[in-house]
Amino acid sequence: MAALYAGYTLRGLAPAQNRPNSGIQGVEAERDSDHVVVTDSTRCVTLYKVSDQKPLSCWTVKQGHTLTGAAVYNARTQEYVAVSDRKVIRIWKEDDIILDKAFKATVSSDVWRVHCVAGGDPVVLFHRGAVRLLDSLLSAPQQPIEEVLSPEEAISWSTNIVTESQQFVIFTTEQKGDHFLYLQRLNPNSLQRYHLEREEPGLSPLSFSVSYRDKHIRLLYLYPNGHVYESVVSVRAPVPEEGAQALPLPRSLLLSLPVGEGLLQAASAQELDEAHVAVVGVPHPSAGSGKDFLCIWNTNFQTLQAGKEMAGKIYGQLWSFWNKLFIPHGKTFSVIPYDCPKSSLASALGKQRQSLTNDQVLELIKVRIQFILGSLAKHFIIKMLNKSVFNLLMQTAPVEEVQREVQLLLSRTDTQDLQTSVGQLASTLASRSLNDPAFYTPSSLVQLVHTRYLCHSVCPDLVLLALERKDYFLCQLCLQFFPDIPEVVTCASLIAQEHEAGLNGFSLADEEDRSDNLAEGGATAQRDNEKASAAEQMCPVGLHKAVLLYPASARLLRSNICTMLSNVLFLQYLQFVYLKFSHDACKPTQGLRSPSLTQVMDWMGLLLDAHFTVLVMTPDVKDLLLNLHRFVKSQVRFVSELGKIEGSLQELDKMALKRDVGQYSIEIIELF
Amino acid sequence: QVKHPVISLRFVFIFIVQMGEFKVHRVRFFDYMPSAIRAMVFSTRTERLALARADGALEIFNFSDNYFQEKVMYGPRRVAVEALCWVGPRLFSAGLNGEITEYDLENLRPRYTVEAYGGPIWTISVNSQGTLLAVGCEDGTVKMFEVLKERIQFQRNLDRQKGRIISLSWHPSGTLIAAGMMDMIRIFDAETGRATHRLLVDRGAGASKSKEVVVWSIAFLSDHTIISSDSAGKVQIWDGLNGTLIRTHLITKWDVLALSVSQDESSLVAGTSEGTVVQFQFISSTVDRLDKDWVRTRTFKNHSHDVRALAHTETAVVSGGMDTQLVVRPLLDKVEKNTRESAMRKVSFPHRSLVCCAKKAGLLLFQFPDHLELWRLGESDGYGKLGGSLPVKRGPEKLIQLKRKGEDHICCSALSPCGGWLAYSTVTSFRLYRLQNGSISICKVSKLPKDLLPAHQLCFSTNSSKLFASSSNSSVVVVALNELECKYLGTLKAKYGCRQPVHQLSASDNGKWLATANTDCEVHVYNLDKLKLHCTVPVYGSCPTAMAIHPTTSNLVVVHADQQIFEYSLVKKEYTEWSRRLQKQGLHSMWLERDTPITHVTFNPKNPAHIIVHDMFMFCIIDKSLPLPEAKNVLYNQMALRSLPEPDRVLHSHGFKICKDFQHLLCVSLLEDHSLVVVERPLLDIVSQLPAPVRQKKFAT
Repeated sequence: MAALYAGYTLRGLAPAQNRPNSGIQGVEAERDSDHVVVTDSTRCVTLYKVSDQKPLSCWTVKQGHTLTGAAVYNARTQEYVAVSDRKVIRIWKEDDIILDKAFKATVSSDVWRVHCVAGGDPVVLFHRGAVRLLDSLLSAPQQPIEEVLSPEEAISWSTNIVTESQQFVIFTTEQKGDHFLYLQRLNPNSLQRYHLEREEPGLSPLSFSVSYRDKHIRLLYLYPNGHVYESVVSVRAPVPEEGAQALPLPRSLLLSLPVGEGLLQAASAQELDEAHVAVVGVPHPSAGSGKDFLCIWNTNFQTLQAGKEMAGKIYGQLWSFWNKLFIPHGKTFSVIPYDCPKSSLASALGKQRQSLTNDQVLELIKVRIQFILGSLAKHFIIKMLNKSVFNLLMQTAPVEEVQREVQLLLSRTDTQDLQTSVGQLASTLASRSLNDPAFYTPSSLVQLVHTRYLCHSVCPDLVLLALERKDYFLCQLCLQFFPDIPEVVTCASLIAQEHEAGLNGFSLADEEDRSDNLAEGGATAQRDNEKASAAEQMCPVGLHKAVLLYPASARLLRSNICTMLSNVLFLQYLQFVYLKFSHDACKPTQGLRSPSLTQVMDWMGLLLDAHFTVLVMTPDVKDLLLNLHRFVKSQVRFVSELGKIEGSLQELDKMALKRDVGQYSIEIIELF
Repeated sequence: QVKHPVISLRFVFIFIVQMGEFKVHRVRFFDYMPSAIRAMVFSTRTERLALARADGALEIFNFSDNYFQEKVMYGPRRVAVEALCWVGPRLFSAGLNGEITEYDLENLRPRYTVEAYGGPIWTISVNSQGTLLAVGCEDGTVKMFEVLKERIQFQRNLDRQKGRIISLSWHPSGTLIAAGMMDMIRIFDAETGRATHRLLVDRGAGASKSKEVVVWSIAFLSDHTIISSDSAGKVQIWDGLNGTLIRTHLITKWDVLALSVSQDESSLVAGTSEGTVVQFQFISSTVDRLDKDWVRTRTFKNHSHDVRALAHTETAVVSGGMDTQLVVRPLLDKVEKNTRESAMRKVSFPHRSLVCCAKKAGLLLFQFPDHLELWRLGESDGYGKLGGSLPVKRGPEKLIQLKRKGEDHICCSALSPCGGWLAYSTVTSFRLYRLQNGSISICKVSKLPKDLLPAHQLCFSTNSSKLFASSSNSSVVVVALNELECKYLGTLKAKYGCRQPVHQLSASDNGKWLATANTDCEVHVYNLDKLKLHCTVPVYGSCPTAMAIHPTTSNLVVVHADQQIFEYSLVKKEYTEWSRRLQKQGLHSMWLERDTPITHVTFNPKNPAHIIVHDMFMFCIIDKSLPLPEAKNVLYNQMALRSLPEPDRVLHSHGFKICKDFQHLLCVSLLEDHSLVVVERPLLDIVSQLPAPVRQKKFAT
C-alpha cells in the first residue's frame, strides 16, 4: 500500500488571502534529493535544504523587474537559469550574492520557460512555440525566433524529458477550446503535433503530468469532471512531414475520480509510478465534499491508497521529486514524503498492464504511416478538385449541369474527407444564387446539407438564401442539422415565416406539389390540415410554420427568448399536434422530422412552466388554456382507466406464462 | 427425362416441412439425484482426478481429455469414503468403517480391503516417495502402512494421542508428519514415531468458546510451514520448526473444511461451509522485496453448500461439496484469457446414460443406485399446433420399481428394444428378468452363465435375441436369450494386453456388428456371426463418449470427449466421405466450445441422413445432406430460421439443427413411431432437494 507520511512545512506563503494563486511559480530539483529551488511569482528565487526546512540562499531581482520563468538548476555547470521580464535570461552560480551583477542576456522574443533536467541540456521554450538549446541561444542572443504556433494558440503547460537517446520538450497548447500536444525532439530537431480528444464541451485539462517508461512517453491529464486520462506516445514514432495535420492522440481513461458537487476548480494529478497517481484538490470519497485532500490512487485496482487533508485553500499545484510531494496550501508550503511500494498483487492477479511488445509497436507505427499516407492522398484529390475547373463550372454552368456535377462529386469521392469541399461548394452555390435571381439549385443544396458536413459558420448565406427563396424545406433542414445557427437568425426565420403564413394562409398552391417531397411530419400536418379544416379544427400555423417550428422549437425552448407571439403560436401548434396524436394514437408517426408524443408533452410542459403567468394574463390565450385543461383532464381519466385494464391483462399474461410443464407432456416442435 | 424445376422445388419444400416436425415426449419424472461430493484427489502424474461421493461411488475424471468422466466405480453401499489417495497410478480410499481399500481401476471394483483396527478412519496420506501410507484414526493413532507391490502391510503406530486424528500431511522429505486433531496440531517424527511439537489451535470466539475446534485439513510445506484450516473459520499459518503461529486469516464464520496446495507451493485454496473457495498466494508484498507472505487474494463462490473437497491443479481450482456439482475454475493468471481453457466448467450429470429407452415398446428404464424404475410413456391423439402441447390421452405409468438385491450399487442396466428383457448388474451379482404381457409380470431368469460378472456395460441386440455384457480385461460376453434359457455363446476379445474396461457398447440393427469402446480410446468392431474381431477404428486421442451403428448404411458414428465426430464405414473399413469433409473443414468453434460431452447417438429411421446427438444443454439433428456450418455462420440458428420466410430458410440453414428448448437433458431418443423422447432433469429440481445451506445473515432479515 502506498502511504503518505507526516509532512512538514518548508516555508510560509505570503498572507494574501483572496489571491487565486499560491505565489509560487515553480519548484525545481537541485543537486541532490534534499535540495530544491523555489521560484516566487514575483522576484525571488530561494534554495532550500528540504530536510532542514530552511533556506540556504536567496536571490532577488531588482524592484521593478519580475521573474517570468521558474529558475532551474543546471547540474553540469552548477548554474541557475531564470527568466525575468519575459526576455532577459539570467544565469548565476550559488556563490553569486547579488543577482543583478550576474550574467544576463536579452533575447528577441518572449520566453515561456527554461527547462533543464538532470542529464539534459537547458532548453528555452518561447511563447510562440520555438525551442532553442540555451547554449546555442546565448551564442547569438538576438537571433530571430520563428513562430510555430498560430496566433490564437497559447501554451498552457510544458515540460522537458530526457530518454536514453534524445531530449524532448513537451508542451500543450489551447486554441479555441481544442487542446494540442507538441512533442519537440532535439538533435535532430523535429516537431510533432497531436490533437487531444475533446472532453465534454467547455472542459479543459486542469493539469498534466508526463513520465517516460519502456520507450513510451505517457501523458496523464486531469479534467474538471474528475476523469484522469492517459495517452501514450512512442518515442520512436515516425517523424511527420512538414505541415502535416495534428494526429489524433488516443487516450484511455485511467481513473474516474469522485468530484462531489460541481466541477473541480483547482486540482492537479501527478503520476508517481506505473500504478500510482497523486491527486490534490479532489474530495476524499468518504469524507464529505471538501476538496482539500491529497490522495494517492492505485490505477490498477482503482482504489484509494492514502489520503491526507490539506488545511487551507488548495491552489492546484503539486510537484514531486524523490518520493516527496511539494504542495502549497493555505498559508503554507508543505513537503509530504510518500512511499509507493510496487505491489505484486497486480501481477499475481493478472491485472498488471503489459507493456507493448515489439510487434505491437511495429503495428502501431504501421497504422500511423497508413494514416499519414491516407490523409495525404485525400488532400491531393481535393486540391485537384478544388482547382479552377470545378470552381469555374460551379460559377458558370447551367442549373442541370451543376446538379449533375454535385451528384457526381458526392457519389464519387470517398465520403470521409468531403468536409472542406462540401463547404466550399455550398458557399459558392449560395453566393451565386444570391447574386443571380435566375439561378437556384434546391436539390443540390439539400443533398449538400444532408451530408451533415455543413454548418452555419461554414456557409452563413445558405439560411438567408433559403428564406429569400421561400424554400422552407431547406430552411427546416438547416435548422435541424446546423448546430450553430445564432438565435437571431432562428428568430428572423421564424418571424419571416409568420408573416408569410399570415399573408398566404394555406393557399399556396405552388407549394402543394413540393409537399410530396417533404418529410413525413410536414406531410401529415398538411393532410391533417385538409381534414381538420372540414371539421372546424384548424392547424393554427401554416404548413411552412409547422415544418419550421419543429426543429426550431427545441432550440428556442432552451433559450428563453421566445416572443409572446411565438409562445402563443407554438402552444397552439402543440395543442394541435397533441390532439392529432390522441385522435389516432395507434398510427405510428415515426420519422426524423415529426415530433413524438412525448416530445410534444415535454415541450408543452416546458412552455407552460416557463411562461405560465404571462399566458394566463393574456386574454386571447385563456380559451386555449381552458380547452387544453379540459382535454388533458379527460385524457388523464381515460388513461387511468386504461391503466386498470392493462393491470388485469398483465395478470392474464403472467398466468399464461406460468404454464407448468409438469412431470410429463407431449409437445410438437419444429426444427428448420 | 428432365425433372421440372417447379416440381423439384415443391419436393424440397415438402421434404423440409415433413422432416422438421417432431412429436416430443417431454419426460420430467426421472427423479435423478446426484450424491454429495465427499473427497477428491488429483494426480499430477496421470492428470486424473479421483472423486468420492457420499453414496460410495468413485469417479475418475481425465483432466487432459476435456474433464471426461472416464470411470465410475461403486464400492459396497455401507462404505462412506472419507479420504482418497493416489499412490502413483494406484488409488486408495479410507472410510469411517475403519478399512483401507485399494481399487482395481481396470475391473472397476475394490481390489482388496485392509482393516486398520483403529476405529473409523478420517484421513489417509502418502509420503512423497510413495512408500508409506499414513492413516488417522478415531482412537488417536496414526497408523503407518507399507505400500508393497500387490498389497499394503501394517508397519507400526505413531505415539497415540488423546482425541481423534482428523487430518494428516507429510513433509515432502518424508521424515515428519503433521496431524490435525481436536484443538491442536501434532508434529511427529516419522522415523521414531515420537510427537515433536504440539501446536494449540484457538477456539472460536463467543458462544463457540466451549466447543472443541476441529482441524479439518492440514498442509505441510517443504519450507516447514504448516497450514491448517479449522471449524472456527480460520486458516492458520504455522512455523513447523519452532511450532509458532505466524498468521491467522479468519475467512468465514463457519467451518473451513478443505485445503489444497498447488504443486509449486505458491498458491493455496481453502473451501468453506458457505460455499466459497478462498485463494491465498505466497507472494511478497512489494515487487522488489524478497520476504514472501501468504496473502489472501481471491474468493470464488461457485457453490451453494459446503465445499467438502478441493484440488489445486496447475491451472485451476477444482472444488466439490454438498451441492453435488464438480466445479473446475481456471486461474486467470495461469491460463490464456478467453480461450477454452479459461472457461469455468461445471460437471452436474454423469457422462454416461442412466436412461435406457425401449424404442419399439415405448418404455423407459431409469437407473438409480439402489433401484430401477420402468415407465411406459403416455399417449395422445390428434394433432396440435406447433410449439403447443397435445392433450394427453393416457398418462405415463410406472410399471415396475425393482429394488436391487443386497447392499451393492447398481452399476449398469439395460432394457431390450422390445421391452421383454431387463438386466442389471452390481459389483457382485448379475440379474436378468423376463417381462411379459406389457410388463405386468416379471420373472427372474435363473442359471445365468458365470462369465457375465463383473459387467460394466450392458446392451441388447435389436431383435432382443442376444445380450452383450462388457466384462474384465476389455472383453465382451455374448449370451443368447430365448424363452426357455440363457446360453453363453462366447467372449469377444480384442487382443492381448488391452486391459481398460469397455464403457460403450453398440450393436447394429441387422445383428451383424457390435462396436465397443474402452477408456484407452480404442474402438473395436466385432462380427457377431463369426464372433471375431472385424476391424479396429484408428485410435483417436480423445475418449469416445457415445457411438452408434447406422441401421442401413452400417456406418459407425463415434463422438469423442473433445467434441469431434467421426463416421467410419464398417464395410469399407475407412472413414466416410462426409467424415473426411467434416474433418477437413473443421467443426464450428461454437460446437467445440460446448462443455458437456455428447452422451447418446441415435438415428432417424425415416431419413438415413439424420444423426441425433445430445448433451446436457441441447440436442442436435445433424443432417448430412445439408452443408456444414462454416466459421462465419451462426451455429445456433433455429430462432433466426423461424423468423425467415419459407423459401429463405433453405439458403440459411446448415447441417447442425440444434434445439435448446429442453434443458439439462439426461436422454434424447427416437422411438419407432418417429416421436422423440427427451428426459429432462432441471438442475433447479436437484437444488430444491438439497438440504438447507448454512444460515447466512442477509441484509434486513
